[in-house]
Amino acid sequence: MNSFEFFAPTSVDEALDLIVSKGEDAKIVAGGTGLVNMMKQRLVNPEALISLGAVRGLDGLEISDGKVRIGALCNHQALVKSAEVGQMLPLLAETYSKVATVRIRNFATVGGGLVHGDPNQDPQVSLLALNADVSLRSKSGTRTLPLKDFMVDYYETAIRPDELLIDALVPVLPNNAGYAYLKFLPRTADDYATVSAAAVTVLEDGVLKDVRVAFGSAAPTARRCQETERMLTGQRPTPEALRAAAEKAKDLADPVSDGRGSAAYKKEMVGVFVRRALEKALERAGGAVNGR
Amino acid sequence: MIKKRIALTVNGQRHEVEVPTTRTLIDCIRYDLGLTGSVEGCGVGVCGACTMLLNGKMISSCIYLAVMADGAEINTIEGLAKDGQLDPVQQAFIDYGGFQCGICTSGQIMAARALIDENPRPTVDQVKDWMMGNLCRCTGYYKILESILKAAEAEAAA
Repeated sequence: MNSFEFFAPTSVDEALDLIVSKGEDAKIVAGGTGLVNMMKQRLVNPEALISLGAVRGLDGLEISDGKVRIGALCNHQALVKSAEVGQMLPLLAETYSKVATVRIRNFATVGGGLVHGDPNQDPQVSLLALNADVSLRSKSGTRTLPLKDFMVDYYETAIRPDELLIDALVPVLPNNAGYAYLKFLPRTADDYATVSAAAVTVLEDGVLKDVRVAFGSAAPTARRCQETERMLTGQRPTPEALRAAAEKAKDLADPVSDGRGSAAYKKEMVGVFVRRALEKALERAGGAVNGR
Repeated sequence: MIKKRIALTVNGQRHEVEVPTTRTLIDCIRYDLGLTGSVEGCGVGVCGACTMLLNGKMISSCIYLAVMADGAEINTIEGLAKDGQLDPVQQAFIDYGGFQCGICTSGQIMAARALIDENPRPTVDQVKDWMMGNLCRCTGYYKILESILKAAEAEAAA
């Protein structure tokens, strides 16, 4: 690791001052599970590290107006274990429980994960399907961005150098919604996914009133599958309709070949796992796929 | 090289050390404080050999910087035995053959300790799920699983 200055501000304001004064040679660190690893491998060589470990009041979980506000410094395991999240947003608890291991989840933060911007991460996929927003604060104010606009490219997000991600806002699902997050792990249980998929479905009188689908690990960012959603909205979820709509998601896949599978294989698996996620969500919504 | 003075309370004892900002927590514990029971295996937070507790939560100390732990309470394998009496988890690993070569053992025991602290009577599946991130390349997993379940049982009975 290259030598660097280390700062531990105790408030958001102090952190924002440091981010501005240290400029782009500085990196912000929370749990460090992503960044310290990258620094050890010299993939990132900051001149200064601004640790948020001593900043108070950013790790809360707050539920109001039908939304869960997750503080940027809330760690993954706290989310997994939160009774409120388990009850109001079980898809989120299920998704975060699939990230790495307890040891990593204890320190990896929700905000840190989002700004890390690795397309192989789990949370982004479900957060996309949940219509999550993120709040970004700078000295000049706070702006809120839909997660889909926040994610830009491999390890790249729309955050500006003078901004800090403050929280994620996730609308609670209606009680009758079905949901699923599937993580395809052909190697080990703590690996990144070969392909992952999330689905949210709301059925009314046997017809899909609301359907949201996203996949991960198969493009520069997690991707929301709007064409798939359009094909299914207002339709009965027959096996044929699900298959055709899931196939459509493959058009958005742009994976790279690696140890977890070839690009061609991952693209095929996007179709498979999007379909399975839809099926599982529908099963949970109490409406097994028609025709079975 | 930029250095910083930090305070760590390790196994109940307070230490003040000056460390390079690049120092990982595992290196600080091993080389600055001389506690070599925790070992670095993979160095990327995957294998679990360097597992210790930071403010009561288990952590991969190989991917955490010592300066980030300033002011924290840390527990390592050296602090488990009390008054010459092994911790029930340590005793169970001996009684039920929970280790072979020993490289992963301190991490396994600290992870098991963290599990039983949080969930005193874990089920087999809960132990497997929790311990998933602690690898044993001798592959002695059945004995490790048995040791942890027996340790929980012994503690519950005590």
